[in-house]
Amino acid sequence: MNRRKFLTILGSAGVVSALGTAQVAKASGGTTTYPYYENSYGVLHDTTRCIGCRRCEKACQQVNNLPMPAKPFNDLEVTATKRRTTADAWTVVNRYMIKNPEGGKDKPVFRKLQCYHCNDPACASACFAKCFKKEPSGVVSYDGSQCVGCRYCMVACPFYVPGFQYEEAWDPLVLKCTFCSPRLQKGQLPGCVEACPMGALTFGKRSDLIKIARKRMDKEPAKYVDYLYGEYDAGGTAWMTLSGVPHAELGMDMNLGNRPMGELTAGALGAVPMIIAFWPVLFGGVYGITKCKERLVKKEQEKAIAAAQAQTKQALEAAVENIEKTQGVEAAIQVRQALKTAQQPPSDGSCCCSSKHGEGV
Amino acid sequence: MSGSTHSIVIPTKDKMLNLGEFSLKRPGNQITAVILVVGFILTVIRFTQGIGSITNLDDNAPWGMWIGFDLLCGVSLAAGGYFTTVACYIFGMKHFHSAVRPAITTAFLGYAFVVFALLYDLGHPLRLPYMFFFPGTTSVLFEVGLCVATYLTVLFVEFSVAPMEWLAQKFPFLLKWRKYVIKVTILLTIFGVCLSTLHQSSLGALYLIAPSKLHPLWYSPFIPMFFFVSSMVAGSSMVIFEGMFAHKGVHHYMDATHLREADDVAFSFAKAASFILFGYFMLKFIDMIVQANYYYLFSGYGMWWCIEMLFFVLMPALIYAKGARERNITLCRIGSINAVAGIILNRFNVSMIAFNYQLPASERYFPSIWEICISIFVVTLIVTVYRFIVYHMPVLYEHPNFRDEH
Repeated sequence: MNRRKFLTILGSAGVVSALGTAQVAKASGGTTTYPYYENSYGVLHDTTRCIGCRRCEKACQQVNNLPMPAKPFNDLEVTATKRRTTADAWTVVNRYMIKNPEGGKDKPVFRKLQCYHCNDPACASACFAKCFKKEPSGVVSYDGSQCVGCRYCMVACPFYVPGFQYEEAWDPLVLKCTFCSPRLQKGQLPGCVEACPMGALTFGKRSDLIKIARKRMDKEPAKYVDYLYGEYDAGGTAWMTLSGVPHAELGMDMNLGNRPMGELTAGALGAVPMIIAFWPVLFGGVYGITKCKERLVKKEQEKAIAAAQAQTKQALEAAVENIEKTQGVEAAIQVRQALKTAQQPPSDGSCCCSSKHGEGV
Repeated sequence: MSGSTHSIVIPTKDKMLNLGEFSLKRPGNQITAVILVVGFILTVIRFTQGIGSITNLDDNAPWGMWIGFDLLCGVSLAAGGYFTTVACYIFGMKHFHSAVRPAITTAFLGYAFVVFALLYDLGHPLRLPYMFFFPGTTSVLFEVGLCVATYLTVLFVEFSVAPMEWLAQKFPFLLKWRKYVIKVTILLTIFGVCLSTLHQSSLGALYLIAPSKLHPLWYSPFIPMFFFVSSMVAGSSMVIFEGMFAHKGVHHYMDATHLREADDVAFSFAKAASFILFGYFMLKFIDMIVQANYYYLFSGYGMWWCIEMLFFVLMPALIYAKGARERNITLCRIGSINAVAGIILNRFNVSMIAFNYQLPASERYFPSIWEICISIFVVTLIVTVYRFIVYHMPVLYEHPNFRDEH
């Protein structure tokens, strides 16, 4: 019994027990969507063992009943073109020609791409209809029955994995690697892992895979780059990659950081309750100030008008008294009468003023 | 203040409809008819053959023209609704009153058609309400959806006063409802500004989750703030921009008050937009420096960023400032064209041009002609419904039955 077989049996037995009992998960803190599932499963892809035979692609197509591509799977030149996963191809193996530092022929390195089944997936954080879920087993599952088809998951996925059925009119869905979840539940290995003839894919508990990867890197430091892709990238992924050349040369994004992508939106979403709570106070306050100012202005105006009116009245009184003194009581009565009739229409300060000035001359 | 002798056709109880304008043989009507027919055919194709049949969308570019223009630009350019109501009712700038109804009308239409256009882009358009049944509360898109749905309702209520004044002659019970709505104006305005702040900013926040895909010059933790601040510019600019076209097309439905106040509104909004644009320029500039993105300035994308900042942020700010100071309406209108173009450019940059910037050119997205046609179709629909409303409802004039009631 070689090690791969052993791990296979170990893994299969473990999955069934893991699926049976929901794992009590240890929260990884604060803003993440999903707790870290201690006993979740993963797959380790060792690119130093991969020969680019595309048997994993073929197996994936078969076990998932996906349509066969136009070019057959034994056409290995397909790996030379840069392909990504689509709704019809959930895993692809691409070839990267690595320059030989000592000169000579370029070395081909093959890298398998499929859903990485993140610990705290960006797609699940982005989905507004809760279609994606990180299962305790490690699978990132997708339930198409409630998918609205907005494709925000595809915008969010840092690995460019989910594919959409653009040609489907009535029930277009987002499709991606399922980690062969139905097979796992039956105690079988994922199709691609089972089909790999080179042992480049190792299935097991994620925590065990990390230890295995470390051992390989320690044992043969010249063979491996000292980096396990997926251990921490984007918050950690269930599928991880070992490489003999810098991962960036295999088209892998080394700048994703080590926190889940969903955390990046947590700040913006966290501000929502604050705005809902404070904006009414702010704008209600401004409204109150506006009203208050309007009232003050009105009061000031009334005060000014009243003062002007009082002043006018005084001046008029003085003028009439003056007339009484100089031209006699008769004239004063006449003037008073005239003023009364003049004031009948809505009293206007300016007209009184002009009459006063007229009197003064 | 000479009582201009305008000849506004006000529908009466016996003649509620005023559709004559649509049947006039004018180029505007003919172009509209052609666009609507083409749009209708494309709609049938889209919903029977799938999204892929008329779009260039692919797995790398799941969001294209319909999100970049119809959703992002649509929502920000409809910001005139909250901007004008807040200025008039909350900050008490009463001389904007005649601008409130046209602004609310266009905002309501804008949002309604954002939702309409979104249905084209969704794989399962009928499942849109699922977000309320299975709320993904960790999703920014959920916040956007919830706020847009709620704000559309608020706008509908705010807007409903105009159709009620039109229909009240036939259905007098609407008078009562109209009174209720008028009573809660301030409440609706404050509710509206809360919702607008949230979803205008969260449209930017949608991209927070994809730092590896959006170019660093556009990606920023402050992108929600950038979207919100620029939506104010979009709101005020659109009031001037739409006013320009309204004065061309539906001038004969404007009453004396509207005509008298229109220029003042334009100058005030130009001044406001100028201030905000300067602020926005500083925000973006400081953000670029703080995030140490100046290394990128000397790349192709850096040049493109500089073009956006100089010719579509700083330039409209200066044009507005000069236009408002000299009370030059033409200059203000040029400023508004420049600013609106700037908003569209910014949204295109974030959603399409600087998105997926690391992918090789062969894997990049460019909209198909049919996608653009659908966007034109949606804009034409908005204009057509706007015309219907203006021909029938007191939007650009005060209804004689409800004069001096505010």
